[in-house]
Amino acid sequence: MTVNDISAKIKAKLICGSMDKEWNGVYVGDLLSRAMSHVEADNLWITIMPNTNTVAVASLTEAAAVILAEDVELPDEAIEAANTNGITVLTSPLSAYELCVSLNDLASGSAV
Amino acid sequence: MSDAVKFHFEVDGSDFSSAGAASVMVKKKLRQLGYPPDIIRKVSIAMYEGEINMVIHANGGTADVEVSDEEIVITLSDRGPGIPNVELAMQEGYSTARENIRNLGFGAGMGLPNMKKYTDSMKIDTVVGEGTTITMTVKL
Repeated sequence: MTVNDISAKIKAKLICGSMDKEWNGVYVGDLLSRAMSHVEADNLWITIMPNTNTVAVASLTEAAAVILAEDVELPDEAIEAANTNGITVLTSPLSAYELCVSLNDLASGSAV
Repeated sequence: MSDAVKFHFEVDGSDFSSAGAASVMVKKKLRQLGYPPDIIRKVSIAMYEGEINMVIHANGGTADVEVSDEEIVITLSDRGPGIPNVELAMQEGYSTARENIRNLGFGAGMGLPNMKKYTDSMKIDTVVGEGTTITMTVKL
């Protein structure tokens, strides 16, 4: 399943990167050291922490994409870093909980 | 045995936005050299945590990475305040990071524990008022 397959359901807007990334699994959290050790390669990482360090952690963990919850926007310098490192970032009006529920529905095939 | 490959980085202590740049660079180099993803992940996490610590606590420093046939050795050196109580600093959740740093998502008290967890050995040489050198080894 690609990022493109889920973007409409989670009402996400692409900030930068590619929608063609394949994803598998989800991590939710804002503390970067926690994310650093728990985000697995190809995960979607849901957070409300929008800075260049988020981009660095996403790059090092090889996350498929960062989804910023609650309409959080990414600052320009972080967008630049994300573009340089090929990181996909989206923003969604949904809360982290609502994102998890929607993604679970999509992954289990129960989305309506 | 082939010669060791060495990388050297100056870590800028004044710029949070570029913190982690050396780790991202090392990761790219290791991938180019064909190392397995689990080794790259270990080195990336350990080095990133160390790099962030140098920016938060020590106004930057240097990072050296030496790759040989048997191991990858990461040496992080700073001239910061030193660590008064290493045992306490190694406890998960213990942090002296300031509020403005925590607001950026740091200061979870997982830095040193993560560095130890993701490497095969870690040695901390620290002198209060002089600085800290941390040497980490990941076996290949």
